[in-house]
Amino acid sequence: MADMRLRTMEKAGGPFLNHRRKVLLIIIGGIVILAGLCLWGLLMDPSRYAPNYGARLLAPSFAHPFGTDNLGRDMFYRTICGLSTSIQIGLLSALVSSIIALILGSLSAVFGGKLDTVIGFLVDLCMGVPHLILLILISIAVGGGAAGVIIGVAVTHWPSLTRVIRAEVMQVRSAQYVQVARKLGMSNWHIAAKHIVPHVFPQYLVGLILLFPHAILHEAAITFLGYGLPLDTPAVGIILAEAMRHLAGGMWWLAFFPGIALLCMTQLFDVVGDYLKILIDPHSARQ
Amino acid sequence: MAILEVKHVDFRYGSGPWILKDISFSVEEGERVAILGPSGYGKSTLAKVIAGYLKPAGGEILWEGKPLPATGFCPIQLIYQHPEKALNPRWKMKDSLEEAGVPSEEVLTEMGIQEKWYQRWPNELSGGELQRFCVARVLKPETRLLICDEMTTMLDAINQAHIWNFVLAYAKKHNMTLLAITHNRYLANQVATRILRIPELNHVEVDQSSL
Repeated sequence: MADMRLRTMEKAGGPFLNHRRKVLLIIIGGIVILAGLCLWGLLMDPSRYAPNYGARLLAPSFAHPFGTDNLGRDMFYRTICGLSTSIQIGLLSALVSSIIALILGSLSAVFGGKLDTVIGFLVDLCMGVPHLILLILISIAVGGGAAGVIIGVAVTHWPSLTRVIRAEVMQVRSAQYVQVARKLGMSNWHIAAKHIVPHVFPQYLVGLILLFPHAILHEAAITFLGYGLPLDTPAVGIILAEAMRHLAGGMWWLAFFPGIALLCMTQLFDVVGDYLKILIDPHSARQ
Repeated sequence: MAILEVKHVDFRYGSGPWILKDISFSVEEGERVAILGPSGYGKSTLAKVIAGYLKPAGGEILWEGKPLPATGFCPIQLIYQHPEKALNPRWKMKDSLEEAGVPSEEVLTEMGIQEKWYQRWPNELSGGELQRFCVARVLKPETRLLICDEMTTMLDAINQAHIWNFVLAYAKKHNMTLLAITHNRYLANQVATRILRIPELNHVEVDQSSL
């Protein structure tokens, strides 16, 4: 019966864009857009958004899609450059944060006992303090600037992923198929490499990608409050803080476009992370 | 001489109520013993304790007069009631089957394992098909005692008979000792040369208030 159904399915071939391929396309598309933004900002000539006093406070037009600010800087290129900076900072700090989570989560699950209690306490401690306050304190304490932002975001975003990884490692370690493997004489090394890592790595990857939007929004938030990046860097937080002063004067485009762009970018990260989760979850992977 | 000796074994999970209390029995080489009893008397826990998955809180399990080796291929192998939990859902069937080496040709043909199943994932096969893989991967010369914990309870009668027939024949041919754990009196009579009743083995004080 099942064989017959299988054969007919093979004959029909199915549509080229099945569910799995669609999901894969969305993920690749998202990653290409984000990588493109990052590169565009990195390689951009700073003269693109240099002050031009002949073109101050212009409303959006074809020459300046996002308008210009009170120094005559083109807001479109500044925003792109700001998003690129955000992606780089988000990437670095999310990576550091997730590695901390990976190490602490695995240690907690493997050794348990007192170490588990201590790490659990650290997680609760870090989650109990409002992120933004902790972030500002840390980034001021290490001297502010880009390094301050990266360190601040990196050492405050590990707790939730630590919990996820701890739970995943504990679950797979006590799984029957791992216990069976042990009784079949498999070494700890084999079990770690063949059973545990393939189970935990996808969760780690999704957790890492879902950390990006957090990291980026927090970077923008502390920069907006003036505790983050220096004022001369094109960063979305700084753009929004400057725009505040001109909003009452009717210059809506100064806040509107950069704000929307930031929102779209964080949403794009969320989309990539969520679809990746769908793709690698064994329960939905073969739909 | 007894190949397996269970001496005054006690067990409980954490500091919970005692599940096994003062269990003692022994099994001779080549014997087929059934442990029979209703649900909730600690049959499966006893199976895990004997196979070394759980450490007894008191007493000892002796294999050929010595404690079970902690590493290497364990001479006592346990087959669970739930094959879908005993197979890694991220592995193709071939990888799970051959994790500890390729089973012999005889086992593969007699268990009715088809080659087209090799490239499938565990959730693409039925419970009976999965259980055949679980049995086949432990039917090795190194396995001296096979504990079947409700091995075929969730299978239909035909699969049940098929798997048991082969396991019995294999045990006889290779002088493998069998310990069948079941609540089914008819199955116990059918497969075992000796039947132990767990209510008589297990000296746990039953909490009257919970009855």
